[in-house]
Amino acid sequence: MVNFGGWDMPVEYSGILSEHEAVRTRAGLFDVSHMGEIEVRGHSALDLVQWVTCNNAAKLVVGQAQYSGLMTERGTFVDDLLVHKISDTHYLLCVNASNQDRDFDHIVSKNEVGAEVENAGPRYSQLAVQGPRAKEILQKLTPVVLDPIRYYHFTFGKVSGVDCLIARTGYTGEDGFEIYFDPQFSEKLWGELMQAGEAFGMIPCGLGARNTLRLEAAMCLYGHEIDETTTPLEAGLGWICKLEKGRFLGCDVLAAQKQSGIGRKLVGFEMIDKRIGRDGYPVQIDGRDAGCVTSGGPAPFLKKNIGMAYVPPESSAAGSSIEIGIRGQAAAARIVALPFYKRPH
Amino acid sequence: MYPADYRYTKDHEWIKVEGPVGTIGITDYAQSELGDVVFAELPKLGVTMKAGESFGTIESVKAVSEIFTPVSGEITEINSKLVDTPEIINKDPHGSAWLVKIRLSDPKEVSALMDAAAYETYIAAQAKEH
Repeated sequence: MVNFGGWDMPVEYSGILSEHEAVRTRAGLFDVSHMGEIEVRGHSALDLVQWVTCNNAAKLVVGQAQYSGLMTERGTFVDDLLVHKISDTHYLLCVNASNQDRDFDHIVSKNEVGAEVENAGPRYSQLAVQGPRAKEILQKLTPVVLDPIRYYHFTFGKVSGVDCLIARTGYTGEDGFEIYFDPQFSEKLWGELMQAGEAFGMIPCGLGARNTLRLEAAMCLYGHEIDETTTPLEAGLGWICKLEKGRFLGCDVLAAQKQSGIGRKLVGFEMIDKRIGRDGYPVQIDGRDAGCVTSGGPAPFLKKNIGMAYVPPESSAAGSSIEIGIRGQAAAARIVALPFYKRPH
Repeated sequence: MYPADYRYTKDHEWIKVEGPVGTIGITDYAQSELGDVVFAELPKLGVTMKAGESFGTIESVKAVSEIFTPVSGEITEINSKLVDTPEIINKDPHGSAWLVKIRLSDPKEVSALMDAAAYETYIAAQAKEH
């Protein structure tokens, strides 16, 4: 068990490699109740969401979710989040556990439009069923027909008789669902899902596999690839940065950066050397310090050692040689296109 | 669990001494703390080391850990099985997954190491701290 944003959480159950493989080939169940929830309600709910986030929430239809960034005035990340449109006057934001209170305070402080903002984390537990068999497993427990729910969409319905928000989202690079519900049903739903998943080879998964899975899928992790010093443009998240949507926090800085160009760029790399480039290790290009590994480690499904790092844009082309400083020695690596892993179906 | 004829360090290495040569590995406790091992970096043959010096690293999915020699001496053999199958460290840490053999330069150093009973007491106390 480790402390993670104030929650005691298992790093692994049966082992990171077996859990990782289960999610890529069958299914895994994650207790992600640590994730924070913030609800925004009222006639100006959309105005507030649009003001504090960089993606265009006005494009959402009811029942759709969107990956976005909660922005500072400097166009950097307070957090990354999922914005769920429940109705024209109701949005559910799913945020990182360790940032929940800071996110809430930030949104409240920027709320000049009179929206109602609730720090709703304690009202929700969240379980994630992830993997190619996830749909079949969850389908056994719900009358909701899951197949028509498209990726990054959600609906409401019962799972084992418990009212849930059922979203086709995840943080693994696989198909899967995240369900949100009243915490009093956590143990019941964990047990029912584990039982339903047994015949499909589903196993419980911890934070360790959650990290290797998201890294293989090249998804950003707050505090690693993104934080209050990085902008979406630097992090390769220009696609969530909708400058044309109207004014929002940090939009001027981001527009200027888009115009003048970024000073560093997030890239993926593969180790050529047998050693593993890990979080925080220095990156060298032509013998000069060029940046830092943001996340690095084994990619269990690809059977390579991979990582992400910030490097100068002029050195960021796929195929370029870089070196990772590993315990005082330079270890060869090469820049590769992201994501490392993309699911085949 | 912990063989009675081995000696143990606080860094969770073991050594089995037979005549002038010691076989060194990491303990079952160490492998379970590391989790799935994916790579072991070992020294070159013929290197001489002082007790307590780092002679390599073991990398698991989640962490990297240095390994330290319990005694001084010269590395005489390296377990070549670990090159392609480092995961045997998780399965058989006290047996087939030994790391290196060392020719002891000062056999008296062994008596300073923990015996199995002392090591088991030591790791029980460590587990409580977690």
